Amino acid sequence: MDAILATGIQALTGIASLLLVSLGLAIVFGMMRVINLAHGEFLMLGAYSAILAVEAGVNLWVAMLVVAPVCVGLLGAVVERLVIRRLYGRMVDTMLATWGLSLALIGAVTMAFGNSVAGFSAPLGSVQIGAYSTSGYGLFLIGATVVLLLAVWMVLRFTPVGLIARGTMQNAGMAAALGVPTERVYALSFAAGAAVSGLAGALMAPFSGVVPTMGTAYIAKCFITVITGGAAMLAGTATAAGLLGSVNTIGTFAFTPVLGEVLMLGVAIVLLRLLPQGITGRFFRRAL
Amino acid sequence: MLDVGGLVSGYGRIGVLHGADLTVGEGSCVGILGHNGMGKTTLLRTIMGLLPARAGRITLDGTEIQRLPTHARARLGLGYVPQGRLIFPALSVLDNLRFAILAKGTAEAAILEEILDGFPELKRLLERPGGALSGGEQQLLSLARALCGRPRLLLLDEPTEGIQPSIVEAMVERIHGLRRRGLSVLLVEQNLDFIQALSDRILLIQRGRITREMPPAALADPALVQEFVGTHA
Repeated sequence: MDAILATGIQALTGIASLLLVSLGLAIVFGMMRVINLAHGEFLMLGAYSAILAVEAGVNLWVAMLVVAPVCVGLLGAVVERLVIRRLYGRMVDTMLATWGLSLALIGAVTMAFGNSVAGFSAPLGSVQIGAYSTSGYGLFLIGATVVLLLAVWMVLRFTPVGLIARGTMQNAGMAAALGVPTERVYALSFAAGAAVSGLAGALMAPFSGVVPTMGTAYIAKCFITVITGGAAMLAGTATAAGLLGSVNTIGTFAFTPVLGEVLMLGVAIVLLRLLPQGITGRFFRRAL
Repeated sequence: MLDVGGLVSGYGRIGVLHGADLTVGEGSCVGILGHNGMGKTTLLRTIMGLLPARAGRITLDGTEIQRLPTHARARLGLGYVPQGRLIFPALSVLDNLRFAILAKGTAEAAILEEILDGFPELKRLLERPGGALSGGEQQLLSLARALCGRPRLLLLDEPTEGIQPSIVEAMVERIHGLRRRGLSVLLVEQNLDFIQALSDRILLIQRGRITREMPPAALADPALVQEFVGTHA
């Protein structure tokens, strides 16, 4: 019983991490159809801004939950203004430009902080479940992911800003013809996606260790999750993260972590062969 | 109210409008008649700013708008009912209307009530997703949605396309009611009865130019229509 519970928590932590790191990318892709190849570096910068804030004496929780999303959100606003806005509707050019941005950010952070692993240890200690112990921070991560997902869903579903965002997502030209400044909606979406990525990067930092190249470890997983999820950015990313995260955890337990990842990629490939529009191309079509 | 001069526009390298000229007077309804591919939809999309004007001038109440972004033109008083209706499919009927009200930043409750009084058939559909409505219901919703922004000039793109006759009649009646309250209308159509029922003036568009004006009464006479349009209605 305890073993099942402990494994379950492990699986949930895996799912939550996957969902957390993918959500920012999902928002940007879902709202704007922009593929942001610098997404991994947004995560990395979130982690670095949290570390720098902690070193400057800021409380750890404030650093992770406030400083990181604010810093990366601001960076996102600048990047949107300087790069993304000039390339709307040109998917390949946007990918190339954000890839360049990704390399530049890795280079800049390596120059500034060196190529060594920084980080902070997970707060909250460990929690005992019978004979097993699990990290309290893992439980916090699960809770934080649920809260974040709910918050984004509620903003989209119940606020005026959310209504404007949903309509613009469905037909930007018609939204503009009704009087919506779509450029501003896109700028805000990109900044919001970046802020969520920054938050995710900071929250993952205690688990993963922080290096300038840490983004590259995430980017592939994030893309697979978002693409597997399909059109509905929240429901899609959540179901895809649930499925792929479970496969990864089961594979890791049954075989090795490497095989867990291989299995996860295998399932994603098979799934996209069967459902080329992603999970929400067939199921939960009207979901967000 | 609206003054279009020498308007040139198109898609990519393919020119569609080659210098279109027209005016819509304050409170009047101008109908534009033309075959498919003559530039009717392109004309409205260019006026709305959804396609860039390559040359020419669009003036709304004395303000040149051809360089303004689409949303700014909407805020100056243009309302747009596009071909194919373009309802937001995953938003409920109510949210489609609320979207249009919020888009202009006006007070929500009062306008919504007024619009629903004008479109009572939408009241029982409010919770339905826009994509689940019939073509006729969507057309009414598209018109109601455009009116949520309180436009002064309404651009209507083939509103009768694929719509059952009862709804076409309802549309005629609704638009007459709006005109009595001072709304100006620019309409492009292929349905002769509809265009005749509404328009004060009828213009003919051929190969991207407004070629001539015909009296509305001429539409009643098939022989005259054939002479003007070059086809049977």
